[in-house]
Amino acid sequence: MIDRSGPPLVELRGIRVAFGGVHAVDDVTVDLYPGEVVGLVGGNGAGKTTLIRTLSGAHPADSGEILIDGRPVSINDPRDAKELGIETIYQTLALADNIDAPGNVFLGRELTTRLGNLDYTAMEDATRKLMSRLNPNFVNFVAPVQSLSGGQRQSVAIARAVHFNARIVIMDEPTAALGPAETAQVHGLIRQLKEEGLGIFLISHDIHDVYDLADRISVMLQGRLVGTVNRDDVTVDEVLAMIIMGKQPGEVTQRDIAELHEGGPVSG
Amino acid sequence: MTETEVSATGRARDEGAPGRAFQPPRSWRSIVRSAEIDARLAGMLVALALIWIIFQLITPGNTFLTPRNLWNLSVQSSVVAIMATGMVLIIVTRNIDLSVGAVMAVVGMVMGAIQHDFLPDLWRFDHPATWIVALVIGLALGAAVGAFQGVIVAYVGVPSFIVTLGGFLVWRGLAWRVASGQTIAPMDSNFRLLGGGSQGTIGGTWSWVVGIVACVAIVALQLIKRRQRARYGFRLRPMWAEVGLVVVSCGAVLAAIWYLNRYYVPAGVVEQRGLPPGTNISQGLAIPVLIALAVAVVMTFIATRRRFGRYVYGIGGNPEAAELAGIKTKSTIVKTFGLMGLLVGLAAAVQIARLNAAVSSLGTGMELNVIAAAVIGGTSFTGGVGTIAGAVLGALVMQSLVSGMVLMRIDAPLQDVVVGIVLVLAVTLDTIVRRRAAR
Repeated sequence: MIDRSGPPLVELRGIRVAFGGVHAVDDVTVDLYPGEVVGLVGGNGAGKTTLIRTLSGAHPADSGEILIDGRPVSINDPRDAKELGIETIYQTLALADNIDAPGNVFLGRELTTRLGNLDYTAMEDATRKLMSRLNPNFVNFVAPVQSLSGGQRQSVAIARAVHFNARIVIMDEPTAALGPAETAQVHGLIRQLKEEGLGIFLISHDIHDVYDLADRISVMLQGRLVGTVNRDDVTVDEVLAMIIMGKQPGEVTQRDIAELHEGGPVSG
Repeated sequence: MTETEVSATGRARDEGAPGRAFQPPRSWRSIVRSAEIDARLAGMLVALALIWIIFQLITPGNTFLTPRNLWNLSVQSSVVAIMATGMVLIIVTRNIDLSVGAVMAVVGMVMGAIQHDFLPDLWRFDHPATWIVALVIGLALGAAVGAFQGVIVAYVGVPSFIVTLGGFLVWRGLAWRVASGQTIAPMDSNFRLLGGGSQGTIGGTWSWVVGIVACVAIVALQLIKRRQRARYGFRLRPMWAEVGLVVVSCGAVLAAIWYLNRYYVPAGVVEQRGLPPGTNISQGLAIPVLIALAVAVVMTFIATRRRFGRYVYGIGGNPEAAELAGIKTKSTIVKTFGLMGLLVGLAAAVQIARLNAAVSSLGTGMELNVIAAAVIGGTSFTGGVGTIAGAVLGALVMQSLVSGMVLMRIDAPLQDVVVGIVLVLAVTLDTIVRRRAAR
């Protein structure tokens, strides 16, 4: 069970981000406890990624607070986030395609010898050990990552996030580019990280993905938080109604659900 | 050699089949793959060899491959080679520096004025400290000019093409202002050694020393690398490839020294030194060539073994990813421009020393030669790809074409036509090969 007696691992409080007058994120508050997976769902342009970029340091919030272990912190760039133990797996993966897998895992945090030279063998060794845990099929440690398959590239991005003793992992659409076997692998990994006591923000447009993995689900619509619900208290249809109509689970009528299903496969 | 044998048996045990490693490989492709040779670099060496052989066959009197011509070629290539190593890092980060020729002029004029006008007022002309003061000020000025342009590119966000196009005009104009367009000559006699010339060579014996040191370094580096990989239990390169590579590269180094050492000091100079007529004294490697080689080694080290180099390639491969990985991309860009400026300062010193004069037209059109050398050497404008060694080879290819055509008495405009065609051809070939490799 998740212990929610202490302060949350992370709390994003009243976050606002505007792009030229348009509120991409408007007064959103979400939190995350150790060993918990919180799913962030919403349609395209709901503001999920923008919200989470304020936590990973990719884009500062215009206003609002970020608290780690109950203490306010300031995150101005990705370095600040990493120092606080926040690692992000971006939807785009954010890999340098011309560099090999070990180089990408350690990008910005290279291992060096005493003289400050890059220690290629140590980085390759660490990456081999990581991969034997994450993806035993991964064998190509010398080719630039552009020549790897989507799943292998995803493994590199994940390896980078988990290697540095992260406490908080943000995953933005981690399975969007993957086949069924690789998706199952990522799901296994998410459960493993959760067991280890990490907090995970899982962003996905696939409601079934989130429903399988998350302990709580926060729903966003047009930059605002519709609500946060315990997964066990809601049905998939109720979450869908939140995503599409912005209705709270109690307000959903049979007619709404019928309408959702008439609209065709909206869950993507 | 015992070390090599020890690791040979160690590797054989790893593979489990001692005899297999020495089995003759099936095809060229498999040789290249299992020897882990950089195929692109090998291809460039083959192209250079072809150019040399063709020129040897078609130049009147077959004079291209004479020690004298190759020695001259080495000196003439060094100025472009020095700057091309810096241009690689600039282009790898998806930028460009069009100002290098103009910066060369302004730095050259300042260094010329310092040693010809200012310092002699302080002490005397040809004072032993003059050359070093002039050189250090020149390097610092070059680095400052480069970094200044880099700040505008990285922090203000003006495209490097525009910033350095402006620099191209500004610095050339300022170079003219230093001495109102007049030529500054002669240069300090110690400073002139930087340019080679009759005194600026290290002689036959020291050239051999350089060659042997290079061979020892090649062997040592391979051993260290192999031992490191063995310690982690990684797959090792097959022994035939390891030994073959060391033998080929050391052999090439020593052969080059031997051949260049056959370029002798002119008979008149021999007589002046009171030696019996007919004595052969090797010129040995020219100082600018040594400078260019040292720059290539240091820049390769920076590009491949230091964090800065890794960040340069990271930014080139994916600027957003580099930023998200926590790399300070802006200061890295400024450093690449500063380093470029420093190398331009060094190249300017070599150039005015060679000419024994500083002129405000110094380095006119040089930016295009430098960019062409980097690009012929495999540096890609899409970013993230390019090697220092490739750029040096690129400079050598360009200069070989020019040198060969001069020997054939082809006039300058036609030379430009040929160099232009080769530039486009080289990149076309590279693009086709890369597209195939990607499939």
